[in-house]
Amino acid sequence: MSAATTARSDVALARFAERVGVHGPVTVVGGRTRWEVGGPVDPRARDVSPPTGVGEFIPAEMTVRVNAGTTVAELQAVVGEAGQRVVMAGPAGSTVGGTLAVGHSGLDRLGAGPLREVLLEATYISAEGRVVRVGGPTVKNVSGYDLCRVLVGSLGTIGFLGEVIMRTTPQPETSGWWSGSGEPTEIRARLHWPMSVLWDGTTTWVQLAGYEADVSAESAILEREGLRSVKGPPTLPPHRWSLAPSELTGHDFGGRFVAEIGVGTVHAERPAPHRPADAVLTRLHRRLRATFDPTGRLNPGRTVPGVDPGEPDASSDQRQSSEPESTRPEPTRPEPTQPEPTQPESRGPESS
Amino acid sequence: MDTVRVGRAPVEDSDSGLRAELGAALRPERVHHDPLEMALYGRDSSTIRGEDPAAVCFPVSTEEVRSCVRIAVAHGRPVVARGSGTGLAGGAVPFDRAVMIVTTKMNRVLSVDTTNRYAWVEPGVINLDLSRQLHPLGFHFAPDPSSQQSCSVGGNVANNSGGPHCLAYGVTSAHVLAVEVVLPDGEVTILGGLDADPGGYDLRGAFVGSEGTFGVATRIAVRITPNPPAVSTMLMDFMDVADAAAAVSAIIAAGVVPAAIEMMDSRITKAAEEFVGAGYPTDAAAILLVEVDGLPGGVAAEADIVARVAREHHARTVRVAADEQERALLWKGRKTAFGAVARVKPNYYLHDTVVPRSSLTRVLTEIYAIADRHDLIVMNVFHAGDGNLHPLLVFDAREPGIMDRVHAAGEEIVRISLEVGGVLSGEHGIGLEKREFMSLMFSEMALDAQARLCEVFDPDGTANPDKILPSGSRCADFDNLPDGVWV
Repeated sequence: MSAATTARSDVALARFAERVGVHGPVTVVGGRTRWEVGGPVDPRARDVSPPTGVGEFIPAEMTVRVNAGTTVAELQAVVGEAGQRVVMAGPAGSTVGGTLAVGHSGLDRLGAGPLREVLLEATYISAEGRVVRVGGPTVKNVSGYDLCRVLVGSLGTIGFLGEVIMRTTPQPETSGWWSGSGEPTEIRARLHWPMSVLWDGTTTWVQLAGYEADVSAESAILEREGLRSVKGPPTLPPHRWSLAPSELTGHDFGGRFVAEIGVGTVHAERPAPHRPADAVLTRLHRRLRATFDPTGRLNPGRTVPGVDPGEPDASSDQRQSSEPESTRPEPTRPEPTQPEPTQPESRGPESS
Repeated sequence: MDTVRVGRAPVEDSDSGLRAELGAALRPERVHHDPLEMALYGRDSSTIRGEDPAAVCFPVSTEEVRSCVRIAVAHGRPVVARGSGTGLAGGAVPFDRAVMIVTTKMNRVLSVDTTNRYAWVEPGVINLDLSRQLHPLGFHFAPDPSSQQSCSVGGNVANNSGGPHCLAYGVTSAHVLAVEVVLPDGEVTILGGLDADPGGYDLRGAFVGSEGTFGVATRIAVRITPNPPAVSTMLMDFMDVADAAAAVSAIIAAGVVPAAIEMMDSRITKAAEEFVGAGYPTDAAAILLVEVDGLPGGVAAEADIVARVAREHHARTVRVAADEQERALLWKGRKTAFGAVARVKPNYYLHDTVVPRSSLTRVLTEIYAIADRHDLIVMNVFHAGDGNLHPLLVFDAREPGIMDRVHAAGEEIVRISLEVGGVLSGEHGIGLEKREFMSLMFSEMALDAQARLCEVFDPDGTANPDKILPSGSRCADFDNLPDGVWV
């Protein structure tokens, strides 16, 4: 990265840190496309937005530096010019930071891997208003603790993402969708590396991607099974359930559903039922949040799905808070995930 | 060694009570404390010598691991987990009359689900044994460190280990779905899960690579990867190291991510060739071993692109392995290269840093100059595809003062790697070896954040203390600094 670009990036991050400040409840706003995930934020929280813009992109390194407020669409357009992409998808208007904070993988998770794998380095603003850079800029790195993994899906409760470096990947030569009746697990077993296998209880959809010759050979297998080429995946019901892939068949999702075979994500009409959290895990989750945000000022009211918010853990090392007690938000029980806005056709499969 | 820490009871004078309790909880024959054996467990495969542990335990179940941890805590002793001891950064080196938990007797593959593509294994399962067991089912475990014949899956989890084929398939973290863990307070839980998005923060991701400082893994759900239907392995040789390095970047820039791209310089190529006779050209400045895999169409297309790019970068020859036997031989030379070094000097120090691919030529040139300055021999055999350097400083430890030169050269290699935008470690971890270098890569705030994460799992510093982070990483107070300042 050139010295001038680094300097611009540092200035933008320092300004973002100033906006986050050190006192009072604050919430980070991306594209507001999945605002309901994790429950409502305390209305007293101040809105702040991270910087925008795509920074250094070197195709031969297969990494891209991008400010968290940039839309996923803009990022994909920039890396797309070099025939690459970032394995990341979201509704139209969603931002890089918002998508990482929510942590939802796209419909191609089976073949392309989960969203958490793309984040190499993260610069976030801490609850103390400091600029903190974790991870590293290279495609391979085991230096120190892997805080990037913890940040993905943390809904801004550990820190507010300002700038990230992500892994890019070559775009496939060709890709397409096929659909028809047929047992999805058997169909998957006959393919080497499908990008996606979806199933709604009667119909199976398959996405293949790769070199022409391979996609052609594998699609011939699908066509012998009675599947036909289609435009794309089905429309997805609004709620996300998370199951083990082995639990997908014979499950009652209370209406129409689309299950991601081999992954376990189910898009359903009804919200996922509450799952009781293991007491030991709950203690770790609460201690984690309290350790990184001792005064509870980051996204107050919002809770990472699966974490029972409850009372702060008495056994954790609660550091002295400089905040007056009254500014501490009341713990709020998370609402089940609300419907994600259904978006018109755009580049991300999740937005269909 | 800085041994100041908070929360643990002071070390008692005698180990006999501790040993008796451990023997009663396990079986006396699975709690060792013979002085000669303790001396062996005072180190791992690094050059770092620790202190003899008070006892070495060989538990066979989660419950026994839990007992070991609880007894150690009650006696104010640290707990140090160890797999096969192949770690190169001192991550399993004990201090302070520690209780060592060796997982080698927890070596069962518990279940394999080929439909949903995961296996539950115990931490002591040997990496290569797992892949061998999965092979007839059409699967393998993707991380393949050079030590895969002896390293354990639990050790792979602790170090977030890599290997040649991690270029395309990702390091260990990408292949771990869930870990059953005995936490430093003796509680047991499962981090992650088999479902798509287990609730809460990704504590699984935090645990993988935490080098035993967050607890002891007792069962691991690993992702199993289908064996590729087609593979092409190519050996290409160059008369200039810079050409070989430029070819690596150009292959990636051409949109091909091979399963592996390994580079060997002339010294290590000669040593390996004399050792195994893989047919490596011994007069080349550098060789590249490139493997592409997947469906046949893509393999053919990518092999063509790789060969074309290599020739454009002045590859003298491009040899394609004709069959599985030739492929195995080409890999044997690479995977046993470290053993071949013994033909040159009796000892070696293996470094591990990552640099941007575009800096490979510059950094390799610097590494040769650094070795020259310290009058050392350096050999390079490494994962070029992801910029993961492995300079081998070879020496004779009997030579007086040699270790000082080896360490000084090592530090310079770390510094030049960071200077070009690289990182401290690509797959060996930090352990004790690079702890003091952490502040070269991370700001005080970033070290503080990592110390906080450690505190969440291990507030009392019981699990493998004093590893990874330099002492004093936890910041006391930053309130006197102006807002938004970089620290």
